[in-house]
Amino acid sequence: MIGIVGYGGYIPRFRIKVEEIASVWGSNAKSIKNGLMVEEKSVPSIDEDTATISVEAALNALKMAQINPQKIGAIYIGSESHPYAVKPTSTIVGEAIGVGSEFTAADTEFACKAGTAGIQMVMGLIKGGYIEYGLAIGSDTAQSKPGDALEYTAAAGGAAFIAGKKNVLAEIEGTFSCSTDTPDFWRRENVEFPRHGGRFTGIPAYFKHIISATKGLMDKLDLKQSDFDYIVFHMPNGKFPLRAAKMLDFDSEKLIPGFVVKSIGNTYSSSSLLGLVATLDIAKPGQRILLTSYGSGAGSDSFSIKVTDLIEEKRKRIKKIQDYIDDKEYVTYAKYTRLRRGI
Amino acid sequence: MKVAILGVGTTKFGENWDKNLRQLAIEAGTKAIMDAGIRGRDLNAIYVGNMSAGRFVGQEHVAAMVSGELGLSIPASRIEGACASGGLALRQGLFSILSGQHDIVLVGGAEKMTDLMTDGVTSSLMGAGDQEWEAYYGVTFPSLYAMIARRHMFEFGTTREQMAKVAVKNHHNGSLNPIAQFRKEITIKQVLDSPMVADPLTLFDCSPITDGAATLILCKEELAKKYTDNPVYIIGSGQASDTLALHDRRSLTTLDATVKASKEAYRQAGITVKDIDLAEVHDCFTIGEIIATEDLGFCKKGEGGKLLDEGATEIGGRIPVNTSGGLKAVGHPVGATGVKQAVEIVLQLRGQADKRQLKDAKIGLTHNVGGSGATAVVHIFSR
Repeated sequence: MIGIVGYGGYIPRFRIKVEEIASVWGSNAKSIKNGLMVEEKSVPSIDEDTATISVEAALNALKMAQINPQKIGAIYIGSESHPYAVKPTSTIVGEAIGVGSEFTAADTEFACKAGTAGIQMVMGLIKGGYIEYGLAIGSDTAQSKPGDALEYTAAAGGAAFIAGKKNVLAEIEGTFSCSTDTPDFWRRENVEFPRHGGRFTGIPAYFKHIISATKGLMDKLDLKQSDFDYIVFHMPNGKFPLRAAKMLDFDSEKLIPGFVVKSIGNTYSSSSLLGLVATLDIAKPGQRILLTSYGSGAGSDSFSIKVTDLIEEKRKRIKKIQDYIDDKEYVTYAKYTRLRRGI
Repeated sequence: MKVAILGVGTTKFGENWDKNLRQLAIEAGTKAIMDAGIRGRDLNAIYVGNMSAGRFVGQEHVAAMVSGELGLSIPASRIEGACASGGLALRQGLFSILSGQHDIVLVGGAEKMTDLMTDGVTSSLMGAGDQEWEAYYGVTFPSLYAMIARRHMFEFGTTREQMAKVAVKNHHNGSLNPIAQFRKEITIKQVLDSPMVADPLTLFDCSPITDGAATLILCKEELAKKYTDNPVYIIGSGQASDTLALHDRRSLTTLDATVKASKEAYRQAGITVKDIDLAEVHDCFTIGEIIATEDLGFCKKGEGGKLLDEGATEIGGRIPVNTSGGLKAVGHPVGATGVKQAVEIVLQLRGQADKRQLKDAKIGLTHNVGGSGATAVVHIFSR
């Protein structure tokens, strides 16, 4: 069965606290923190972008997989902050990690779910017998307009997954998607910051798709809530995944290991994937994880992932994502502005 | 004067993401037609209250949209008076029957607001203010009502807690109303701690952005018994105007248009304020309800806050105000609000208000305001 051969995450060191941003705009930090359930967010350094973050995550995944990188036949990188409008991030990463030249590559964009779409694409190529291993990455340095509500959460991070059939640390039992034309969040070409539909991003967008895809997956695989030991939903803030868990009758405690949003914010294409990384870091063999991403525009990809015995040995090979979360340095709003906007 | 109300209908108020203006209007309309026990072909005319469909959804010519959708070729007119559009539509429907022109008419109010983002809604709503002398300088409705609130605090010692009590009471009432946008109880502390919108008004002092529609079927008095054993009558109607801009008014803390409209309505009905058993008033902001209770004569000027402290305006109090939950909790689809207020009074007078039903309510009042008080319309209803 197709599964995960190696995984790795990366989170930039810098953090900015909600209090620091709120103080600039004269907003009430306490009520923002209560509302979003986010304490601080990660901030990329001046020389970090989606490509460098992807490389860091991919090197971790390779280190865990212990495969010859040249056996990777496909690289898909999902992001809404690719450094170039035209010129792929995926070839930069392929070159950097030593994949050689015999591989197919493309950048994907589907708001915050472009990374999980990449996982589905490599699954298809592996299942079709076209490639042996495939690398799918979700990575972002998310943009937010100064003063916008998004500024408290738009963060940076990346997660990489090498999929294959041999020596898998977790089997991907199945996947199910739901996609509709729903304009809840967008950024047009040549526009610096995304716009969003405020409360429209909730019920008709995030919740509708997360719930439809999750229910669809459970129906397809004939699984019920109690069959899953952990759940990970896309985390635009802390409140949405908790509410989605409640709406789907899941015990919200199953979200806890993957609940990275509180300390790093919403890392967009890598948000749910970093939640999966954090959950894989603690899961035991035989346990089952539900992963449902969400991308505005809009759609969700849901996966059922069952951990194998190999996880214990393989995950020792790299740092835990919690180490990245704990290794941090706070920046002021002034420094944040310099890092993000190059003043 | 006396005109009967045969039927009422409303949609759920709230973020009706999956319904457009047409669907909302038709849903409320067909509910009212069925409630009245008439056929569509019994209608002689349609009056639709709508403030700004042109800006909210790009659709003008709303009344013809409604008549066409109902498959009728009868006269259909849209009435606009900002947030008082619904109340004004009711008044035009009323007059069309009193004039002898029509026997049975449909009065609807509808607004679809959530297709725009908040900044778009705010600037569209500012169309109800003075573009040249208010909007041009950056003033929005929350800030106009904030100035009114500040002045009321200064002149009469009204407190933030008293304003918060309006929101707490109306959320409680809304929790009992199945069509309300907000059905959760809140506390004074929650109101005071909610994000500041325009000092001193916080988020929970403000009515929300809402989609919704409401409809009434009006009928000539002599014909009413043919259709229903339980008619509610409109026995008084008053309307008045004031300057568009707040700063041109005689006072910031009295809406003269409300005072004038209510006096006319009381006169037509042949009653005094003491005869009123319940009222739906225009609480677009919490201070709006405090001022309305004063201007309508439920208490002396400046004592609106005290009225709340005494619990007089709660369900079971001396003069229950906004038993529906008001604009604050039911929501405020601007063109629909004036009609929805009348629907609540009809339900109360018929004894159909379920968990929020008042005992022995005989005479009810609606008070609908356009802008910051440039239009006010008051209706009085009896069993």
